[in-house]
Amino acid sequence: MNRILAIVMIALTAVLIAAGTAPSKSKERTSSPEGAVQAFYDRVKADDYRGAYELIAPSSNVDFSTMYHDIAGRDGSLKTLSQLRDAEPRLLAHNGNEALVRASLMWATAVGDLHESRDLKLVSSDNGSWQILWPKHHEPNLPPQVISENYLRWDVIHSDSEDNEWGAQNAESPHVRITSMNAVEREGKVIILGELVNEDTVPGYVDIQGILLGKDGEQLGEETSFDKISHVLLPKEITPFRIDFDGVHINQVKKVTLNPTSVLVPASADPVIGVLHQQLEKTDTGHTVLKGELMNQSGQLVNIPQVLATYYDNSGHVIWISDGYVDQALRPQVPVPFAVSVNDDIAPNVHSYRVVVNHFSMDRPSA
Amino acid sequence: MKLRLPILGILTCLAGTSCFAADLRLPGKAVAGQPLTIQTSGSGDATLYVAGPGTAIKRDIKLGEPVEIKADELRNSGYFTVALKASDGNSSKELYVAPAAAEKINFLARPSRVRIGEPKVIAGTAFVFDQYDNLVVQPTPVTFDLSVPSAGSKVDRLTSKDGVAYLQTGSSSKAGTGQFVVTVGNTSVRRVVEETASEPCNLRLKVHKEKDSLIAETDPVRDCSGNPLPDGTVVTFTSSEPGKGRSTVDAPIRKGIARAVLPAVPGETVSVASGVVLGNEVRWGGGL
Repeated sequence: MNRILAIVMIALTAVLIAAGTAPSKSKERTSSPEGAVQAFYDRVKADDYRGAYELIAPSSNVDFSTMYHDIAGRDGSLKTLSQLRDAEPRLLAHNGNEALVRASLMWATAVGDLHESRDLKLVSSDNGSWQILWPKHHEPNLPPQVISENYLRWDVIHSDSEDNEWGAQNAESPHVRITSMNAVEREGKVIILGELVNEDTVPGYVDIQGILLGKDGEQLGEETSFDKISHVLLPKEITPFRIDFDGVHINQVKKVTLNPTSVLVPASADPVIGVLHQQLEKTDTGHTVLKGELMNQSGQLVNIPQVLATYYDNSGHVIWISDGYVDQALRPQVPVPFAVSVNDDIAPNVHSYRVVVNHFSMDRPSA
Repeated sequence: MKLRLPILGILTCLAGTSCFAADLRLPGKAVAGQPLTIQTSGSGDATLYVAGPGTAIKRDIKLGEPVEIKADELRNSGYFTVALKASDGNSSKELYVAPAAAEKINFLARPSRVRIGEPKVIAGTAFVFDQYDNLVVQPTPVTFDLSVPSAGSKVDRLTSKDGVAYLQTGSSSKAGTGQFVVTVGNTSVRRVVEETASEPCNLRLKVHKEKDSLIAETDPVRDCSGNPLPDGTVVTFTSSEPGKGRSTVDAPIRKGIARAVLPAVPGETVSVASGVVLGNEVRWGGGL
């Protein structure tokens, strides 16, 4: 019996030693630049950032924490709430011991998929495996200082329900008005586009419900603008809105009903976000994107910014609205680039555009 | 012939005993919250019923004795039926209980916010009640007082009709927190009607360079009546840069002016707007 046990133990030890010394799958894959990048992101996908860090070339001179935050985000940004779902490496250039690989990444986030494209340089090590030269980002940061803010906010006093005095009405909701509306058919759905202005002197939480009616008065669909609108509107602020109706063709629609709703809410006028250097540009692949920079002009961190872009034709009609979440947080006074795509068939008709920024801060309600 | 009719009446009365039957006598005036005495006639036991708005009283009484209804048993005004049920017959009468003196006001003021200088946009409706929440239908003097700081006050004295007094008036020419007060006797109720500035008028901006940025700043933003727009109103600054790039900043008014930091690009044109109102344009770096 003891002999059998000894034999089993020896065999098990041999198996474990063999498993430990055999070339791993990822090591095998690092024999090519794409394989190294794939192995790197496979480890990221498995939340094995330590393992991913092992595939970084020492000459990158980057510490683990920097690499981790470069990938997984910082400051409560959208990236920090994301999970890598897919990575597709593509070799762009290969020159002896150096290579350039483009990684097309898809992140699953709370607001939908987030696509990212990252160009990585790789170097071949002595043992023939490829390692990633992690780019050194210089994170611009303001030196420690105090930014004085005249915090402007609105608070609302509601009628005291305990008192229950008949006739003591609450302050009424802000008056909002739809200033433009357009219905288009695209991507197999009817899309209602337009703009809404808060004409009042108080802030409001706004939303728009759209109802499509068919030729016989039947209801074809009922949707809201969901996140394609800036929900909290300050006085005189204008927001674009977009309502998508899947599976409906515009020739089926006889009537569109839009019901804007507004509710008086406490709000803050901060932060102020500048949208700088906006420009329509063509990408390498010939597609049009609207690019620019977001600049948080206040002293408060904005965790998740969302860009809403409205495009107008030469007669001032809204012809398209696109949006995109920015995966970086907006630190005070630090510009952050953004890009939102414009459909190829829309781009030639764009005469002007307007960008607004929706923002979400974790330490207080969005405004 | 002259004596025949009274004799006939007395004989009929004696035969039918109707002249000693149960009956009740109501006071000429009854007021909610005040005690009431009902006189009865006849003899023997009877049951008294008092039924009316929110009230139902049943009481065993001795005919010929007065019946006291306590003040707190008669708090609702309106038409009541007082009935007497006795072994020798029933009797029933109607009693109107009037509301007590006006002591409470329910005041509806609409809207809670209104633009200045608009006629007949503010409505005030006062419902006059007594202390027991009965609508005081008697004509009652009601005073409406709408005052906005720096614009004085407008006082209207009206008389309620069927318990209601209604006033429709215009907003003043000065923005501010309007105090809309209605008074009946010694009782007042206050509502707030915010009178707000209208659209911006003659919106103007100026620019200057500070470090590497261009500071765009409006003059004090006012409406056409000279009222400052409230702080927090969003003003949009747009800088059109040579090369077709542009920068925009939505900045709220603070302390009367709006201010934005824009990139300093020589030759850029800076414009300003608020809501649907456009302001002036300034070209920077190529001669203002």
